[in-house]
Amino acid sequence: MALSQDEIFEKVRGVLVDALAVDEDEVELESTLVDDLGAESIDLLDIVFQLEKAFEIKIDRSELVPVDALNDPAYVQEGKLTEAGMEMLRKALPYANLDAFAKNPVVQNLAKVLTVKDLVHIVDTKVNAQ
Amino acid sequence: MNWYWIDRYEEFVSGKRARSVKVITRAEEHLQDHYPYHPVMPMSLMIEGLAQTAGLLIHEAKNFEKKVILGKVPKLKLTTTEQVPGDVLYYDVEVDYIHDEGSMVSVSVMKNNKQIGTGTLVFAHLGEGFESKELYGPEDLQDLIRGFGVYDVGVDADGNPLVDPRMPKK
Repeated sequence: MALSQDEIFEKVRGVLVDALAVDEDEVELESTLVDDLGAESIDLLDIVFQLEKAFEIKIDRSELVPVDALNDPAYVQEGKLTEAGMEMLRKALPYANLDAFAKNPVVQNLAKVLTVKDLVHIVDTKVNAQ
Repeated sequence: MNWYWIDRYEEFVSGKRARSVKVITRAEEHLQDHYPYHPVMPMSLMIEGLAQTAGLLIHEAKNFEKKVILGKVPKLKLTTTEQVPGDVLYYDVEVDYIHDEGSMVSVSVMKNNKQIGTGTLVFAHLGEGFESKELYGPEDLQDLIRGFGVYDVGVDADGNPLVDPRMPKK
């Protein structure tokens, strides 16, 4: 059964409230998981598991952060993404808004670009493709 | 000194579920002071027991190739705080997911045939860069689970008895 964006957002918000111990009204579509909602790396793992369970889907970690590609020297030099790296990233995370990140593309900051909207998008493409 | 907060496994189905038992005894050192003349097993040690039960289950499923570390306790609800010497606790763990980078398990605690707690635990799997000698190696872990009786009661996902890799093949 297809779910609307609102229904997906409500469920994603429920997962984030549980996983990050935040209030419902703190979770907005534009909220970033790390800076706004205080997620740490282990929380991202927890969130992926909870989303998989809640929506009965499978989310590959590379859909959040393309970890393997980031070990490729063609894409990353001295801790920053190269031009080719940014291009790869835009293809790997087509839903993400990378404009701010592109100004100072330090790999360590990559996890910080993820927003609630990105999670809704990832879930949407899977749930409504089934 | 190692901190073992389970006594042995009663059930062990590779990659799926396990049950361990913990008998609380008056001789445990921390119970001399927690609290004086009123011994109560600390909740944190029950979490550790659950984490050991699940952690070794995941270690075995991952062929002892990863360091499995308790990363988060997203949820744990216990309905009683009075676990005292003489009580027998059973820790039941059921695998929800075992992925490459981490795992999630559902847990429950039984005391004297009554469920007193439920929750979930999330583990991180550490790979390259964490081969420190201070951490348990694969053979240490095999010895550890042998000591907990895993090779006595354990079966693989198809129900066949687990084979102790350190014992000579017949």
